[in-house]
Order: sequence, then structure tokens, then C-alpha cells
Amino acid sequence: MRRLIPACLAAAALVASVGAPRIAVAEEGMPSVDWSFSGPFGGFDYASAQRGFLIYQNVCANCHAMHLLHYRDLAGIGLSEEQIKAIAASVQVPGLDDSGQPKDMPGTPASQFRSPYPNELAARAALNGAYPPDLSVIANAREGGPTYIHALITGYADPPADMKMADGMYYNQYFPGHQIGMPQPLQDDSVTYTDNVKPTLDQEARDISTFLMWAANPYLTERKRMGVHIVLFLLFMTGVTYAVKRKVWSDLH
Amino acid sequence: MAGLYKSEFKNPVINWLDSRLPIFTMMQREYGAFPTPRNFNYFWSFGGLAMVALMVMILTGVFLAMHYVPAADRAFDSVEHIMRDVNYGWLIRYVHMNGGSMFFIVVYIHMFRGLYYGSYKSPRELLWMIGVAILLLMMATAFMGYVLPWGQMSYWGATVITNLFSAIPFVGKAIVTWLWGGFSVDNATLNRFYSLHYLLPFVIVGVVFLHVVALHITGSNNPLGIEPTGPQDTIPFHPYYTIKDMVAMVVFLTLWAALVFFAPNLLGNPDNYIPANPLSTPAHIVPEWYLLPFYAILRSIPNKLFGVIAMFGSILLLFVLPWLDTSPVRSANFRPLYRIFFIPFVIACVVLGIVGANPPQGSWLLIGRIATAWYFLHFLVILPLIGKFERPLPLPESILQPVLRQGGGSGGLPAGATAAPREVS
Repeated sequence: MRRLIPACLAAAALVASVGAPRIAVAEEGMPSVDWSFSGPFGGFDYASAQRGFLIYQNVCANCHAMHLLHYRDLAGIGLSEEQIKAIAASVQVPGLDDSGQPKDMPGTPASQFRSPYPNELAARAALNGAYPPDLSVIANAREGGPTYIHALITGYADPPADMKMADGMYYNQYFPGHQIGMPQPLQDDSVTYTDNVKPTLDQEARDISTFLMWAANPYLTERKRMGVHIVLFLLFMTGVTYAVKRKVWSDLH
Repeated sequence: MAGLYKSEFKNPVINWLDSRLPIFTMMQREYGAFPTPRNFNYFWSFGGLAMVALMVMILTGVFLAMHYVPAADRAFDSVEHIMRDVNYGWLIRYVHMNGGSMFFIVVYIHMFRGLYYGSYKSPRELLWMIGVAILLLMMATAFMGYVLPWGQMSYWGATVITNLFSAIPFVGKAIVTWLWGGFSVDNATLNRFYSLHYLLPFVIVGVVFLHVVALHITGSNNPLGIEPTGPQDTIPFHPYYTIKDMVAMVVFLTLWAALVFFAPNLLGNPDNYIPANPLSTPAHIVPEWYLLPFYAILRSIPNKLFGVIAMFGSILLLFVLPWLDTSPVRSANFRPLYRIFFIPFVIACVVLGIVGANPPQGSWLLIGRIATAWYFLHFLVILPLIGKFERPLPLPESILQPVLRQGGGSGGLPAGATAAPREVS
């Protein structure tokens, strides 16, 4: 028995860690970022997520769709109803006119984020055969998540001398295979921030990663807050239940 | 014998009901007074934990099914709709998603407990076999559930696993087409997997019922592996084991909650957040962690047909385990040799899990082959032989004897120890 417990615990720990190495390998060499949303008490930095949305709107949205998001969702990063209405109205989204004919019209908060291309084929035709992935859940769909996105955005460099780059491809330190179809999307001062934050490349990469992490996990802050309460409650219940168990069993031992 | 049952319940309503359908008497007998060995450790709580996991899975699953759309072009987005637009949909989905892992962790520990303490031996062979059937049903259910979000791993996992049946000589290809409902994994496949994923859990409930009935016929095994010799060796299930199982349950729920709230995607594969794309194969197609050991066995055999046979054989072997183990002594505590060989067996299982997560090349392939060989060696050679050569330690005369020695050591019986069970019997 005494041997079984550590053996089983070790087995459980090992089995549980099977998932971990995949993440660890992906993060190897990537610059580590201290995200506001990591850890059990973490939550989104609204200001950063809003700056990230600004970047998405001005830069990423030219090629990348986020079709799972609606403009109303932006309330989740602290935008007001008026701001959301204004943002939605500034975008032309596909709809139908009164005679049932397709027609672009100003968006409403209920509109899906406007997709830059009507479909994948149109995107590939316009972009030299490349298809910019939808960014709705990209932060969950890549090993390393936001840390990977930050590394990718800041990871453009000149290719090593011995590397033969394919036509129209760009060298990136952190992209699998190092050849990426997307030209470096952000530089210093790519966007103008309305707050006093300086738009360095690193800062922009942090902000867009925060925004994309929020887009993929809009309930992360609420989830973690609820988790702290529930885990504390369950730990308390563990204590209570164990005490009751001791009491019940006391007439046996 | 026809006629009303003579219920002993005083409450007139309960008495009326119980006389016509004695479920109250049954519950009282099977979960109230049920005489249970007094020496369980917490490993005996894992059956109950599995029951909790099953119920939570069914409950969350029913609510997910209200919002999920089983169509190839909408499944992925409908899952995200649950995560974003359904009130607390993210919670229901993460509980269900991680619940699969928690269910398997609990069931695997439950099984290793059975292996260590010889719970599969006479007269509990059928109980064990029903349990193995539950494991098979769970694997099928979990596999089909993993297909439903229609991400890249869903799609390619489904393709790889269904393709295994093509290894069957002559009719393999036809069977795979029949399983798919077409010429590739597609909408028809998704639809039938959804239907079966909703059906099989209720089949599991039925088989779990048989498992519990069989358990209550033979009574539980216990850490000493000897049968109770009299009422002094047992205690009523309630309140002693209801409260002990509650402790285990709260700890179990704490771990589950920690996973759901703080790392809901830890055990998942990022690729499954990429919508299924039949034109792009992921670099590494891996199943969920709980199927990895079997995946490793499959890939460690160079021949496809024999790989499939080995994979299914590794589970089917468990059905005949009661007859492979030749030792009459149940608990490994009294089996010095088996106790030693149990350790490399557990290691082999864990190693197979790790190997399954890695590409079958180089040293991973070699390690996988050694672990696979050891797995089969353990059941087919080591177990039958140990029983012949091992000299078991002397068994205690009764369950109470070592309990008392551990407890106070004074030798005298505490008043409650003998009184409580006698009231019951």
C-alpha cells in the first residue's frame, strides 16, 4: 500500500504532464512576457486590449477576418455602447436591401466583424495564394498562445545567409519552418495610440496579443474570478467534510 | 411470488410506495445498512467518483446538445457560439471537456487499484469484466465526443482511428466506408458520431448498473483481499462510507474545478481550435491523452493489421485477466513478487502514454516497443508464472485483526467497534 500511493501519484503526475511538454517545447526561445491575464488571479488589461483592437482594426483587419466576433462583444474590453455603435457604423458589412438584393450597409452592434474577403478563394486570389487565417480563436489555436503571437510579430529578421527563401516569403524566427507569407505587419509607430503609451513594436505586439487572447477567451477574467471563489469554497468544504468524517469514524477506531 | 411487499417504513406515504415498489427498502439495504469491509482506503472511493463524473458528464452534455449543431459546416462555430453567446456556456463546455479527462483519470486509478488488490479474482471475475466493458464504451464515447467540435484534431483523429478498420482483410475498406457513411470523414460521419455520442453514455449507465449489482452480490474486495469473516469485520455503508466518499468527492471536484477555471485547455490540443480542413493534415495527429497508451501500442507494431490487433488485444486481454493470474491471494500486500512486478507494469503504462504523444521515430519507437512488449509480457507470462513460484505472506485471520493492531494496539475492542455492525445484521 505504501508503495502504491507514491506510484499512482507519480503516474498521475506523469500522465498529466504529457500535455505540458507540448506547450513547453513551443515556448522554447520565445521572449517571455508577463501577461496580466496569466495565473489564477489574472485578468485582462482593458487599456491594452483596446489598443490591440485599434491595431486589429487599422492593420490586421485588412487581411484577417474574425468572424466569430460581433461588435457588441467589444463591451467585454470596456468600450461603451456609443463607442461600439460608432465603430460598427464606420464599417460596411454585407446585408440585403429592401428588394432582397445583396448590399453593403453600415454595421450595427449586432453585426459580425467585417471579413476582408468574402471567402477563402477570394483571399488566396488577392494574396498570392496565401490565406490569412481567421483570428477569432488564434490565441488558443497556437502552441504558446499570446506568447507565440508576440514572438511572431516581433520575430521578423533577415534570413541566415545559408537559407534559401521561397518567392514572396519572409523570414521569421518563431514561425514553424521560418518562412511566413505575411510581411512584417507592425513596426514602431505603426499606429497612433490615444493614451500616452508609446507605440513601440514590442508594445504593439503585446497589445495585439492581449486583444487576440481576449477575443479567443472573452470570459477569462470572469472565469478565473469565479474559479478562485469556487476552489476556495471547495477547499473549505474539504476541511468540513473531513472533520465530519473524523467525527463519524471516531466511534470505530 | 405475487402480492404486496411488507415494508418496514413508518411514514405512510413511503410505506405505501415501498409496499408496491420497494425501492426505499432496496436503497436502505444496498446503500444504508449494506455491510462493507471496515478497512477501505481512499482508493475504494474511485468507483463512486467515476459515478459522479458520469452524472456530471451526462448533465452538462444534455445542455451542450441544446446548443450544438451537428453539421460539418456549422459544428465548429456552434461550439464557439456556446463559448461566447450562451449564458455560462463556456462553463458547461469546459466542465464537459475536462470532465472527459477527469473521468478517465478516476477510472484508470480505479482499475490500477483493482489490479493491485486483486479485485478481479474469484468471485469477482464478472464484476471486473463488466468494468472492462465500461472502459471500452467510455473510449468509444470519448473518441466520438472529441470529433464533435470539428477541429483539425477532431477530423484527423476520426480519420486515423476509423481507418484502423481498413486493416481487416478483404472487408476492411467496405467497413470503413460504411462507418463513414461516405468516402471520407464528412457530414454523415459527424451526424452519426453525434447520435452515438448521445446514446452510448446511457448504455454506460446501464452497464454501470450491472457493475453495481454484481458488486453488491459479491461484496467489495478490500485492501487485505480476504473475505469478511463475520459482522465484526464490516460496517454499514452509511454513514461510514458515504461520508468517506464525500471527502474524496470534494477533493476530486476541487481538482476538476482547478482545471476548468485556471487551465481549461491544458489537456487539449491547440490544433483543435483550428476548424477541420480535409486538405491540410496536421504535423502530428494525436488522440486525447487517455487514449495515448493504446495509440503507442498501435504504432509500435510495424504491421498495420497486427498493430490494430495488439491495440484491441491490450484491452481484450483484461477480460481474461482473472484466469491469467494464477495466484489465489488477492492483495499485493501479501504477494512479495507480484508487488515488485506491479511497479514496472505501471511504469510501462505511463511510458506508453508518453510515447503515444511523440512521433514514432528513433528512440521513441524503441521505447514504445519495449513498453508494449512489457505490457503483454506482464499479463501473458509474468502473471501466470508468479502465481506458481511466489510464496505469499501469511494472511491475517480476519479484517478486524490488523485494523486493531494498527489503530490502538491495546488489543481490547472499543465499545463501538462490535456494537455498530451487530445492530445492522
